[in-house]
Amino acid sequence: MEKQESESDQQITIRRVREDDLDHVVLLDERVTSISKADYWRDIFERYGNRRTDERFFLVAEATGKSEDSPIVGLIVGEVRAWEFGSRPCGWVFAFSVDPESRLLGIGEQLFAAISDEFKAIGLSTMRTMVGRKNQLLMAFFRSEGMTAGPYIQLEKDLDD
Amino acid sequence: MKLQISSRLAIFALIELAADPQKQVSVSEIGEKYEVSSHHLAKVMHTLGRAGLVRSIRGVGGGYSFSGNARRTTLLDIINLFEVPSSADQNMENEQDTDPAQWALNQVLHEVDDIARATLGSITLSTMLKQMQRHKKATG
Repeated sequence: MEKQESESDQQITIRRVREDDLDHVVLLDERVTSISKADYWRDIFERYGNRRTDERFFLVAEATGKSEDSPIVGLIVGEVRAWEFGSRPCGWVFAFSVDPESRLLGIGEQLFAAISDEFKAIGLSTMRTMVGRKNQLLMAFFRSEGMTAGPYIQLEKDLDD
Repeated sequence: MKLQISSRLAIFALIELAADPQKQVSVSEIGEKYEVSSHHLAKVMHTLGRAGLVRSIRGVGGGYSFSGNARRTTLLDIINLFEVPSSADQNMENEQDTDPAQWALNQVLHEVDDIARATLGSITLSTMLKQMQRHKKATG
């Protein structure tokens, strides 16, 4: 996949996740969310990094240069979803993260472009995601990449009511 | 959702200026383009100046230039300079005093406002400019 010099002296490579990235992925997610979820990422790796990889994409941004201790500075995970409530096949992104110390270097844009290319290459024309209404930073990023409100609305119910 | 004229003018003026931060544009030039009175627009520009989004340049060839951060300034930031919270929000503050039908209606209106706010708060001037470029490209 692509390799680019970012504004710092880090060189960024976007590629498929490998098993030996897992510890770094867990640490990246922990730096961003403040919650360590090793079991969750192991399971995501097994399902999205190892199986049906023709329609499942677990991509990471690897930095060479500055970050030898924490080379994984970003990730994006998505898959093809089809016919949920009549929806035609589309690319669905359900995880996206960039290391806070590596933001504003274009890494998010590279990850987004890479997964868009993967979806396009298998014939899809639409990509969707879900984002917290209060997560303005992430929503602003997706908007800046051209995403708009889609034809579905997410609903939920408090089961204690 | 309906925006007040001042909010719309402010958004148009900022898009115009943010497209080229080096450019200086006079109130009358923007007014002519959007067919609004210079008087109304001057008030809007004054508010934008106090918010640090535009800089006034005096003298011959003067006018306004953009002084904000287009990647950080959202439509909601701009609208909040000109509009008061909606009645649904105000009613939510007194929801203990309302009857059940009023409460239920307020919940719905609050949900609508909340989604509108989240949308406006996620769209920056930079995103608007990109969207305009995509539109231009698509329409030739």
